[in-house]
Amino acid sequence: MTAAPRGRLRLAVRYATLVLMLVVMLGPIVWQFLTSIRGRTENVYDGVLPARPTLDNYVLVADSFPLLQYVGNTLVVAVLAITSNMLFSAMGGYALSRAGWKGRKSVFTVLVATLMFPFESVMISMFLTVREMGLVDTLVGVWLPGAVSVLNIMIMRSAFLAVPKEVEESAVLDGAGEWTRFTRLFLPAAKGALAVVCITSFMGAWDDFLWPLLVLTNSDHYTLQLGLKTLAGATTTNDQRIIAAGAMAALLPIMLLFFALQRFFFKGVGEGAVKT
Amino acid sequence: MTADAGRHRRKALAAMEAETGLVHRRWWTPYLFLAPGLVMVALFSLWPFVNTVILSLTDAQILRGGTFVGLDNYTRAFADPDFWTATGNSVLYLVVVVPCLVLLPLALAVLVQAEIPGIGFFRSAFYTPVIASAVVVGLIWQWVLRSDGLVNTVFRKLSIVSEPVPFLTDSTMLLVSAMIVTVWKGLGYYMVFYLAALGNVSPSLHEAAALDGAGPVRRFFSITVPQVKPMMLLVGTLSAISALRVFTEIYILGGESGGPGGGARTLPFLIRQVGLGFSGETGYASALSILLFLLTLVFSLLGRRLSKGDES
Repeated sequence: MTAAPRGRLRLAVRYATLVLMLVVMLGPIVWQFLTSIRGRTENVYDGVLPARPTLDNYVLVADSFPLLQYVGNTLVVAVLAITSNMLFSAMGGYALSRAGWKGRKSVFTVLVATLMFPFESVMISMFLTVREMGLVDTLVGVWLPGAVSVLNIMIMRSAFLAVPKEVEESAVLDGAGEWTRFTRLFLPAAKGALAVVCITSFMGAWDDFLWPLLVLTNSDHYTLQLGLKTLAGATTTNDQRIIAAGAMAALLPIMLLFFALQRFFFKGVGEGAVKT
Repeated sequence: MTADAGRHRRKALAAMEAETGLVHRRWWTPYLFLAPGLVMVALFSLWPFVNTVILSLTDAQILRGGTFVGLDNYTRAFADPDFWTATGNSVLYLVVVVPCLVLLPLALAVLVQAEIPGIGFFRSAFYTPVIASAVVVGLIWQWVLRSDGLVNTVFRKLSIVSEPVPFLTDSTMLLVSAMIVTVWKGLGYYMVFYLAALGNVSPSLHEAAALDGAGPVRRFFSITVPQVKPMMLLVGTLSAISALRVFTEIYILGGESGGPGGGARTLPFLIRQVGLGFSGETGYASALSILLFLLTLVFSLLGRRLSKGDES
């Protein structure tokens, strides 16, 4: 066999494998989507594609469940989480990235050590702390423990470490104070990392389930993921089309965000890996 | 010219430092910057951990404080069949899921590494399950695996089975279903880790081996695998830790009880069940939490030990 046909065969095999994996990875999602647009009068198994595609199920799920209220609650948590994480992890990361102060190494070690505690092994105590603060069943209680994550501090630290020393020195010579250097010089230099922190904070708030499940009791305060749980467990609906519409309504905004801002998503992965 | 300027600048700076005796910041300035972060870490990470240790030695309940009972909670755990079922489930989960999540994403990364037309679309598509929430992923797979779900319907139409496969209603099957979901959701995530590692493998190694007549499979095992071994250890450690944290998959697929008779409960599942609610036993749940922490610690130290041994 000559080289060219062999190479072409390999490429064909590669694409075939890629398509097979595509079916595995997107198939279940596509199936859920197709179910969500299936007509009300159709049987869900009448052919792969719905004969009469409709958005009725989305209207129905929004009517029978306070889906928009859940989204609103989630957005409150998300906005708080994004703001606090961007500000506080940038501040913390900035301090950790600057040399020449006592205790830097110890603070760094303590922070990294806290990454060792899996959330699940401290969640009962965290709940008790939040209860002590009177924040059970509030959105603030959902947000507060994640108001600034150590991982985000480390991401910002790495970004600030990359700022050349000369730039900072000249700013010092120009008489810029610490806060001015931080806001005017360092923050703009770390825009990419800030975007990563922003996106991961948003995703965290949008996708989290276990912590809101512990904190929130009144369904008026439910975040979207908790709302979806009641949707699935509800006795009022056994209609998979409606459940599917709810699930897709929670997924599609995130997917749009992902396809619009892909490079930041991929950048975020492994970015928290601590470089010392 | 620029080097010269730099030298002048440094000189001036040194002079300034000498003059004021300050390293151009007061000692407490960094702490001021770190204050919000440190307060949060102290309040929601360090203190809860200390508190968990303390509570685990008491008989505290959700509605009342406890008295010191020594190691009673721990001896109780070791005699509690629920604890052993949950620990067994969590460890089984880890043992099955970790090899899958170390190897399959690597294969996937090799598959999407080539810069061929449309590859960006495939990479993004494979990453989509990562961005979906665990609840949404649970709902999606519930509709695939239910007794009237896609798989069972297809199986029955093809007459492969007469009775629906109890993917979600049998404890063992439920656990296996949740593992499938975890692997499916994790593939794209770890694929990105491997893509980064593969980017550092020199193509000349592959070219040289190809000239020597090594086929793609051979080259994968004798060149790619050794080169990405440190990343495999990292992925192994990370996926082991997250396998021990599994909760939502079981909760959504199997319901609030954790499968029939709670047979598919994992450790975090049991901790939540025992510790919260009106009769929540915070003391006992704290002991279970510490045991979960120790289990996690064992696997992260194991991962670290393996990668240390690999370096030398």
